[in-house]
Amino acid sequence: MYRYDEFDDRFVRERVASFRSQVERRLSGALTEDEFKPLRLQNGLYLQLHAYMLRVAIPYGTLNSPQMLQLAMIAERWDKGYGHFTTRQNIQFNWPKLQDVPAILEALADVGMHAIQTSGNCIRNVTADHFAGAAADEIEDPRPTAEILRQWSSGHPEFAFLPRKFKIAVTGSPNDRAVTKAHDIGLRMVRNAAGEPGYEVIVGGGLGRTPMIGKVIREFLPKADLLAYLESVLRVYNLYGRRDNKYKARIKILVHESKLETIRAEVEAEFERLMAEEAGPTRALSAAEVARIEAYFAPPAFDDLPDSDAGLEAALAADQDFRAWVKTNIVAHRQSGYRIVTVSIKPIGKAPGDASADQMRALADIAERYSLGELRVSHEQNIVLPHVRAADLPEVFACLQKADLATANIGLITDIIACPGMDYCALATARSIPVAQDIANHFNSPALAAEIGKLQIKISGCINACGHHHVGHIGILGLEKGGIESYQITLGGDATETTAIGERAGPGFAYDEVVPAVRRLVDAYLALRTDANETFLQTYRRLGAAPFKAALYPADIGGSGSGAGGGWPKAKAGPSLSASAQVQQAAHSQYVFYHF
Amino acid sequence: MSKTPALQVVTANDLLNGDVVFLSSGGCWRRELQHATLVRTSGDADFLMAQAAQHEAYVVGPYLAEVTQDDAGRLEPVHYRERIRTLGPSNRPDLGRQAEGLAEVAHVPL
Amino acid sequence: MPIVTDSGFVFADETDALLSLDAMLSGGGDPAGGLEIANDTDPRDLVPHFEAVGLIAVTFPNFADGRGFSLARRLRALGYKGRLRAKGHVISDQYPMARACGFDEVEIDETLAARQPEQHWLAVATRSGHALQARA
Ligand code: SF4
Repeated sequence: MYRYDEFDDRFVRERVASFRSQVERRLSGALTEDEFKPLRLQNGLYLQLHAYMLRVAIPYGTLNSPQMLQLAMIAERWDKGYGHFTTRQNIQFNWPKLQDVPAILEALADVGMHAIQTSGNCIRNVTADHFAGAAADEIEDPRPTAEILRQWSSGHPEFAFLPRKFKIAVTGSPNDRAVTKAHDIGLRMVRNAAGEPGYEVIVGGGLGRTPMIGKVIREFLPKADLLAYLESVLRVYNLYGRRDNKYKARIKILVHESKLETIRAEVEAEFERLMAEEAGPTRALSAAEVARIEAYFAPPAFDDLPDSDAGLEAALAADQDFRAWVKTNIVAHRQSGYRIVTVSIKPIGKAPGDASADQMRALADIAERYSLGELRVSHEQNIVLPHVRAADLPEVFACLQKADLATANIGLITDIIACPGMDYCALATARSIPVAQDIANHFNSPALAAEIGKLQIKISGCINACGHHHVGHIGILGLEKGGIESYQITLGGDATETTAIGERAGPGFAYDEVVPAVRRLVDAYLALRTDANETFLQTYRRLGAAPFKAALYPADIGGSGSGAGGGWPKAKAGPSLSASAQVQQAAHSQYVFYHF
Repeated sequence: MSKTPALQVVTANDLLNGDVVFLSSGGCWRRELQHATLVRTSGDADFLMAQAAQHEAYVVGPYLAEVTQDDAGRLEPVHYRERIRTLGPSNRPDLGRQAEGLAEVAHVPL
Repeated sequence: MPIVTDSGFVFADETDALLSLDAMLSGGGDPAGGLEIANDTDPRDLVPHFEAVGLIAVTFPNFADGRGFSLARRLRALGYKGRLRAKGHVISDQYPMARACGFDEVEIDETLAARQPEQHWLAVATRSGHALQARA
């Protein structure tokens, strides 16, 4: 893992001092609220519905046990005893007081952390594959690149007041777990024909109001050119990105309106100028600097172990709960005898991503004892223990059970991504956490969830799409219609290397219609799939949206529960009545079959 | 119970602790909705918003929010956003103003 | 109008004498006294005039509009070696950024100077604010 050196330490301490002074100057009137707001945002501080909210950066989702312990301490000392892990691999505290924030930032600096640029119109916290350095399918570790980008972007003097926020993600595996095509810039680590390492650069992806899949702007960028090239992209964006309309200010709109070719030419011209500069702030990355950073991420001292373990096999045979958990929450590690454990922060019926201070301490302790002191935050809002010995899995499971963290549901229907929504967020148009809780409670039978298999539900409380609803197999977007909450469902989204934006299914559903609607979709899938090996997404891709829409909007339900919905649009009949009837029939038998 | 339509109050967040506050008599900001000064005319709205704009040293982002008043004089937010704001997170009754007994209203089944 | 430099406020009257880009390009004055440009100006148009221009002031209509920072970097990358000033709504916290992007000084109005007096600017004047650059 990266450790701060004196430069990093001085930098974050200076930022704390700056922020302390900014708070004082806001209170004295030297800074207006208009002036203070972007400054506090760039230090991670939002003003939400009930209180301030501090978003702490967990660069590329990596943290160690002492850092997790410090987060627990902060939650207890300055907040209300819990934190919320986000889809951007960060953690948010929902109740800090303005006067306490400098002290919180100081406490973060003590463990080599900060809240810099977790918000605001600047380069945001860089995200990466949460299995980095452990994944069996990894070509190259993305963390050194992400760390170089963290250092380059933090406090970058030119890019602190961009037209809009700017998000960068890096992956080093062909299986894209970092959603690189839905970022302003996505970097995929590749090798050219000569076998030299570099990046495929993807630009202009993003979710939000206008979801777009990123396009390749440079097929191969040599490693040494990374910063100069990104600096060129950012400069072109800073100068030409729209500032007249915040909904059109992201780089995806610039790329879309000006055409990729034009932007590519501008970027290449700027890049050439930069490379020709003698001693500008950006030099080509020196091999020495890359090596210095890479050294921090050298593989830890793994033991030489056989891949299977007798104790593990015995526990698997003896304990059904353990077996279920191993099946869903464990994946292969690159090192023989080790496994990657994903700890679900989605206990059934709890707010997705919320962890109490006690749970954070338990995680820190388990990581210290069983995962070489390392933890990761995934963009699915779960915690990863990247380096666990296969033989230790039964003990890890037992420890997690004690902390109420042993839910066996990774990738299943109850592993729901949900943004904070209207329960906290000032921008929200509807709630999302309670919707997630209701869905999880409805599908709380482990047997049913296992039967349904891989199914990602993603919920956002407004069009900003922090809950990634566009790329959920089932996406749910909370909106407001006529003074009440209305939920729009999208189908067939995909967040992996085969990225797809979900298709809007039809009219929205009232709050209490959402669970029945999801139920109808699931029942339709169970009836339509070829066999238990065909996932929801595969069935959707094979058959298209029609049968699912028919299930969502059956003719004879006609807006169920719309009594509460007042002026709700009546649900329309699906495109094919007979298909609809058929699915309903099948759905009904499934319902009886599983009775719950 | 009859409710008056289209009454408003001026609400904002406290600069120091971020808490939800309402503009009340004498230009004070109070945490209780029931103490909020009622805006009945556009003249009232202009006057109170102008007053609120002078308070940048104490509050952030003042705006007008709709409320209703029942026969007993109790105020209730109209929009579900304001209801959640007045109470706290709907999924955590142990948090926010609802947990302090400050909630004079209830989460309605939305 | 106060001009902020690394050593504090300087008061000068030359600030009214700045030429607009249009005036300069149409030959309507001597740019030796200084040129004022908007933050969406294409700096490539200025390259032939770099030697003749005594000062370039880039306007900041609003502190949250960061185009001026990139424009300054571009002017420097294109070879401008003269004085470069950020003029308008720049707040003291942005001073180190302006300097790092190639500006020599910042011009603010009296109201802003009253709200953000000299010591606020001096307090941040020497900050680098950028870990990577500090290390390089
Ligand atoms: S999607 Fe909307 S409601 Fe949800 S966290 Fe983002 S801004 Fe807030």
